[in-house]
Amino acid sequence: MRTDPIPTRDGSRQPRESAGPRVGRRGFLLGLSATVALGSARLALAQAPGERRFVVVLLRGALDGLSAVPAYGDPDFAALRGPLALPEPGQEGGALDLGGRFGLHPRLRTLHALYREGEALVLHAVAGPYRSRSHFEAQDLLEAGLADRRLASGWLNRALAAMPSPSPRGGAGEGIGLAVGTGVPLLLRGPAAVRSYAPQGLAQPETDLLARIAALSARDPLLGPAVAEGLRDRGFTAAVLAGQQAAMGGRGGAGQNAFPALAGAAGRLLAAADGPRVAALELGGWDTHAGQVGRLVQPLGALDDGIAALREGLGEHWRRTAVLVITEFGRTVRVNGTLGTDHGTAGAAFVLGGAVAGGAVRTTWPGLAERQLFQGRDLAPTTDLRAVAKGLLRDHLRLSAGALAQAFPGSEAVTPMSGLVRS
Amino acid sequence: MDIQSVVASVRFGLGRRPGDPVPSDPVAWLERQLARPAPLPPQGYAGIPEAFAAIRADRETERTIREAQAAVPRSAPQGTTMGGTMEGEAMMAPAERAPPRAAARPRRPEFQRPQLIRAAGIAWIAHGLEAAEEYHVRLTNFWLNHFTVSRRRPNAGVFLGDFLRSAIRPHVTGRFADMLLAVARHPAMLLYLDNAGSIGPNSRAGLRRGRGLNENLAREILELHTLSPAAGYTQADVTEFAKILTGWSVEGQREPLGFVFRPNTHEPGEKTLMGRRYPPGEEGGIAALRWIAEHPATHRHLATKLVRHFVADDLPRAAVDRIFAVLRDTRGDLGAAARALIRLPEAWSPPLTKLRTPLDYVLAVLRALEAPPEAGAEIAWRDLPRLGQPLWSAPAPNGWADSAAEWAAPEGILRRVEWAHALAGRGGRQDARALAEAVLGPLVHEDTLREAGRAGSARDALTLVLASPEFQRR
Repeated sequence: MRTDPIPTRDGSRQPRESAGPRVGRRGFLLGLSATVALGSARLALAQAPGERRFVVVLLRGALDGLSAVPAYGDPDFAALRGPLALPEPGQEGGALDLGGRFGLHPRLRTLHALYREGEALVLHAVAGPYRSRSHFEAQDLLEAGLADRRLASGWLNRALAAMPSPSPRGGAGEGIGLAVGTGVPLLLRGPAAVRSYAPQGLAQPETDLLARIAALSARDPLLGPAVAEGLRDRGFTAAVLAGQQAAMGGRGGAGQNAFPALAGAAGRLLAAADGPRVAALELGGWDTHAGQVGRLVQPLGALDDGIAALREGLGEHWRRTAVLVITEFGRTVRVNGTLGTDHGTAGAAFVLGGAVAGGAVRTTWPGLAERQLFQGRDLAPTTDLRAVAKGLLRDHLRLSAGALAQAFPGSEAVTPMSGLVRS
Repeated sequence: MDIQSVVASVRFGLGRRPGDPVPSDPVAWLERQLARPAPLPPQGYAGIPEAFAAIRADRETERTIREAQAAVPRSAPQGTTMGGTMEGEAMMAPAERAPPRAAARPRRPEFQRPQLIRAAGIAWIAHGLEAAEEYHVRLTNFWLNHFTVSRRRPNAGVFLGDFLRSAIRPHVTGRFADMLLAVARHPAMLLYLDNAGSIGPNSRAGLRRGRGLNENLAREILELHTLSPAAGYTQADVTEFAKILTGWSVEGQREPLGFVFRPNTHEPGEKTLMGRRYPPGEEGGIAALRWIAEHPATHRHLATKLVRHFVADDLPRAAVDRIFAVLRDTRGDLGAAARALIRLPEAWSPPLTKLRTPLDYVLAVLRALEAPPEAGAEIAWRDLPRLGQPLWSAPAPNGWADSAAEWAAPEGILRRVEWAHALAGRGGRQDARALAEAVLGPLVHEDTLREAGRAGSARDALTLVLASPEFQRR
């Protein structure tokens, strides 16, 4: 758990507009007008959660943004990434093109389809306001919505608390939020009572965690073979654990990531007339310090299949839905000694859904030249994740300025990003 | 932290809680726990009258159900309707709840015995999560397993709370003969191993009804509880001992409820057990039990089981000999044996080769996470079946297995991993490495600390610590 001693203060970093063209400028302009037009409607609709759905997907462990969204158009990209760089779009196993400069990992095919349908926004060079490279600290701050101190509640819960309960006798925000999985993430802890949903036997540890446990157990003459054999029975072969191959599903029917099933269930719950309107899901397996190319396929596939399942579960409510996919930080730009990447700073995020003004990559691209890297190693952050979250809370959930301040205290300098959702 | 103080808590205790003080003298710390502890509070541990009342009530409920089934034609709607439950899903949102079914099955009757057993189990697990006298709890669990009464037979299991509280626990540091006698006279054992219905063929009742012996309790006392087959007793001895124990029964109707000696069913005449003669009557049974309790074969058997439980599966001969000698010289003083166990050099030398049973593992995890006793006990009671060891439900009278190999089945170990992962998800913001060091001290492996430090989330880090080999060993 390394921590960088010097956190960057809010707003002190100027976006380096000159470093690259702004992608998706059209969406940005559309969003501006939408916000103005809806200015009056916001108040009225804040009286009830309404029909809009909002889902936050937390990718725990730090997704490598440059693997999910390779900046193949950047002149320094191929050289810096070396063996981690995928073939360019159009080649065998190559990235899925996002308009000439960026691509999507080939396993993110649902996301790519959504992008082409105008329902997916890709954000790049984004990061939270903190500069910690500790997973735990960064996840806490990401979920609490803060720059440099921890709160016992999460920003999404505080946003719920600004919304009236759908039931007449409920407390503020009661019953709107839904935690999917066996725990309630900090993101959803706080004053508003949330529901939780966990199908039994579904919340399996990620393949990567199982691989680590198998490795840790190997030194034990009894537990080592037991764990190895147990995993094999469930379809986790050595190749699967090493990330070289997807699990086939063994005797127990497990061996597949539970995330798509959870996301599908979340979609069905959110679609119910008296169901929750806001949900949080978590997906791990992103801490790819070694063998990254193989290791990433499984969690990326789970994410992509999960988005498809969520959309299917939501049915016709997908068009009223925005999904925010975020991770605690990005990873180093360069490959490390074990064909992986270490903890970094800025990365990628996604905003998806029928309500989203998608079909664009929105980024203030900082560039990958040596002098452009953050501390000489990481993708430099040019967009504050809080701006994205605040933009969605304001324009999608129609939260007031006061409620935004409650959700993200001390973020006055961070302007909510406009144009994320359709008018 | 000194390695000995951690070994003390792992080998002889229930596992450290992060805030527990580190004992300066581990042997003295364990020895202090052998002072006779305060009696368990009666809450949760139903007494013998309540247990009999529950048996009667459940019998009545079963009769009502049978009559209702006989009276109502199958096609007609039955009873009251109720909403379907989402079985297998912990679900709080209304959206996925099944709609009420029109012609649902009748309301599930409320049986009282499972509720009493559950209350006692929860109370006992909660005690294990907060008790300071960890070694005493471990010894109590050892003896409870030695004298297994399984709730697979609810009419016996319903007495488990009282069995634990009044037959086992008061004698954990007392005389083995007293414990054996208390067990053999307790309704839990008399019903579990069928002696309550054993009738001397030549007793008044036997001659009148033409019924006879049930050898179950007699055989298991000799084989499992005392001498073990190594003593060389024969089938004739088992039969004679069963005759000696005829009349040892239970009274569930009239005060005083509980153990009763029924002269009416007792086999008349003198009996011979392993060459010794015993007079008829209750006294003959007491004398026989006291004699076999202090037989050298019994002491050898108990020493072997104690050393296997607390020291190693591969029995160190010298350690067994030492405990055997203590039991022999003190005429079965279990407190003296417990004090001798913690002075065995073999008990203090890592590596720890035992594997925590699911019960030990669950207690250790919940203590490490400092779970509130009541809530933690609910979790343990709920999840132990999936981990392969539902509390007090050993499949047979020989109790749960006590060797590492028996508990190292791949599926069982993977379920531990999954359980640890599920629990780590509700573990709050624990720093896994700090927890590992506070709970395992020098036993924690550097690989575990490194992996926990690298883990992708607090939950994963905690899972790695709780699923690590050193956490599962004892």
